[in-house]
Amino acid sequence: MSVVQGCVLVALWLSPLAAQAERVFVSNEKDNTVSVIDGATLEVVETIKVGRRPRAMAFSSDGSELFVAVGDDEAIDMIDLETLKVVRSQSSGEDPEVIRVDPHRPYVYVSNEDDNIVSVLDYEERTRVTEIPVGIEPEGLGISPDGKWLIATSETSNMAHIIDLNEMEAVYHRLMGARPRHVEFNQEGNEAWVSAEIGATVSIIDMQDTFDVKHTIRFDVPGVPRETVQAVGVALTSDGRYGFVALGPSNRVAMIDQQTYEVLDYILVGQRVWHLALNADESRLYTTNGVSGDVTVIDVDGFEAIRSIPVGRFPWGVIVEP
Amino acid sequence: MIHDRITHGRGGSVQMVDHERQDGRAQNNTGPNSLGSNFQGMSTVKQTAGVLLLGALATLGLASDAGAQQSDQPRDTITVGYLGLERDEEWEPLSVLDPVIDDEGVQGARLAIDDNNAAGQFLGQEFVFVEVIMPREGDVEEGLQELLDQGAEWIVSGLPREGLEALMEIPALEDRVVFNAAAPDNVLRGEACHPNLFHTTPSRRMLADALAQFLGYKQWDRWALVFGNTDEDRLLAEALGEAAQRFGQEVVGEKMWPHDPMSRRAEGGFHAIQREIPVFVQDFADHDVLVIADENDYFGEYFPYQTWLPRPVAGTQGLKATAWHRAHESWGGVQLQRRFEEQADRWMTPRDFAAWLAVRSLGESSARTDSVARDEVLNYMLSDEFELAGYLGLPVSFRTWNHQLRQPILITGPRMVASVSPQEGYLHPRTPLDSLGADEGESQCRF
Repeated sequence: MSVVQGCVLVALWLSPLAAQAERVFVSNEKDNTVSVIDGATLEVVETIKVGRRPRAMAFSSDGSELFVAVGDDEAIDMIDLETLKVVRSQSSGEDPEVIRVDPHRPYVYVSNEDDNIVSVLDYEERTRVTEIPVGIEPEGLGISPDGKWLIATSETSNMAHIIDLNEMEAVYHRLMGARPRHVEFNQEGNEAWVSAEIGATVSIIDMQDTFDVKHTIRFDVPGVPRETVQAVGVALTSDGRYGFVALGPSNRVAMIDQQTYEVLDYILVGQRVWHLALNADESRLYTTNGVSGDVTVIDVDGFEAIRSIPVGRFPWGVIVEP
Repeated sequence: MIHDRITHGRGGSVQMVDHERQDGRAQNNTGPNSLGSNFQGMSTVKQTAGVLLLGALATLGLASDAGAQQSDQPRDTITVGYLGLERDEEWEPLSVLDPVIDDEGVQGARLAIDDNNAAGQFLGQEFVFVEVIMPREGDVEEGLQELLDQGAEWIVSGLPREGLEALMEIPALEDRVVFNAAAPDNVLRGEACHPNLFHTTPSRRMLADALAQFLGYKQWDRWALVFGNTDEDRLLAEALGEAAQRFGQEVVGEKMWPHDPMSRRAEGGFHAIQREIPVFVQDFADHDVLVIADENDYFGEYFPYQTWLPRPVAGTQGLKATAWHRAHESWGGVQLQRRFEEQADRWMTPRDFAAWLAVRSLGESSARTDSVARDEVLNYMLSDEFELAGYLGLPVSFRTWNHQLRQPILITGPRMVASVSPQEGYLHPRTPLDSLGADEGESQCRF
């Protein structure tokens, strides 16, 4: 990001008009809808009908469309962000769960749980570019900010498969905690955080030299049975200050110092918290709470939950318009 | 030249490996779940295969010789033997809707071998599977010997209690570990426990506790108990009675259903049964639920809708406590169901699941320890670190005091999962999972 661009963005963040324009999208796995929350009023302003079993979402690189993986339709629904309607749908291969968009090429990467592959789709040409074999039940996907690396986690093999996107091939395979779920790169791209649901850990992979795990974060929520602490969604602030990890049925979000990996706090949210998203100026964190069917809004600087917003049934993913 | 740094095990050696000489994909021939099958149109650039052979080579002391990696070196192998027993021809499930299964258990182990190898190929570990299914009157010692001749180092048992107890006594077994994936007998986790015996199938007590917790949650606190006249059913009836007492319920009366196995086609479920059952249960004191103990499935399926009072039927038929069920698809369970069905052309049963858990436990421990050595794998399996993802929402692990796998238990109707025990509110200082089955303080097992 250039300095000028940065300044413009900062100016936008500070402007109240920009805050009002911020929209939060939540996929409701059971309702086959995407709820649209107004970031200013924190109310649901629109509910978009999509295909069956919507889960992960991603924006197209130009920001004009929102992609939604609709697992039971084996497709990616594409929502026009002007009209908030599904304008097209692209076949994705079996049971798409997580999707990521390439920062440079018109590619969307899809984990196909049933086929043990990551599919690479061209969303402009509407073609299937290739398939990358990975471990059993690929789930989490993370892409480095420079678009060089894609990491796919396999839930049953318990591995992170580090894929070189120039070669479209997995080149390193690393053991993670049990049932790895989600991958998030930090802003610099020198670390990837990989959560493990059953292992209740976050493994930090060094993406610069060793491509190996350099640290493992563990969670211990006082007064909560250990088994209910399950690490799922991860969000990292771009300034390198905080990391957030959704801890599933323990109903907590862990707040972590991104530099020391120390857990700073556990914030009580709704039931079975699954995924997380920061808003543009990173003052707020939104969480999807699958069982209670709502979204918790966390004030990042205050370390506290400030609002819960009812959405559809089984909210799964959340993403904030950039 | 690209170098990859591999840390081999905890505190193990660090090997620098030349990627350009390595083509791991040539090694990836581990069956349908193989990770490495070549896809059409894929790039054929062989940059690196990651850690594929490194574990094995490092262990064998060959990693320094990069040239050796080009040939088909044997990997670190771990050979698992399955000892099963042919199905008893005299028993068939009562409902004609239930398939008669001849490969129950062993199919679960086979799938787990493939699952293990999917990760193993990247870790330099290969799981090899050998199996022996004995005839009903077969000799356990011969069966074991056959497995040992094929190199089995770990045994998964599909045997009932008597066979398993005989197996544990055979000197040729030496210190090999046996996973019990079939026998639910409490005594095997108690007085008759053995340091080399692990249980991945729940005990009768765990199943009874799981059901009792759910019935307690429903406040169906008064049970009428009907059990079959087999030894298994008497043991289950006992376990159910104890569970009722433990969780504050009451068995208002119990009766044995006479052993009179009817051909499942001759008695269609209504001919005589429609009149017999109401009469049979009529003299029970008022109760909330009719609980059936019929492990062999020779009469329990007749009971729903035939009761004298309008009461639900639970136990081994009707509302069941079970380790696995086809209707269970939560927590990624659907993936296991689909993989299994693709392999076996039928649904996965609790016994298949127990065998799958046994072999996956081995896979998890050997992957984490980067070892196939018995003691290392075992120590890890019994440590606090061990957590296996068993598609049940919570990690499963072994109890150190009797080597029973602690696991959530499904409470299911015939076509839908009704609940999963432990139920909320049944607390335990260690983990709610330990509210199911014999706890540390009360265990009769002394290793």
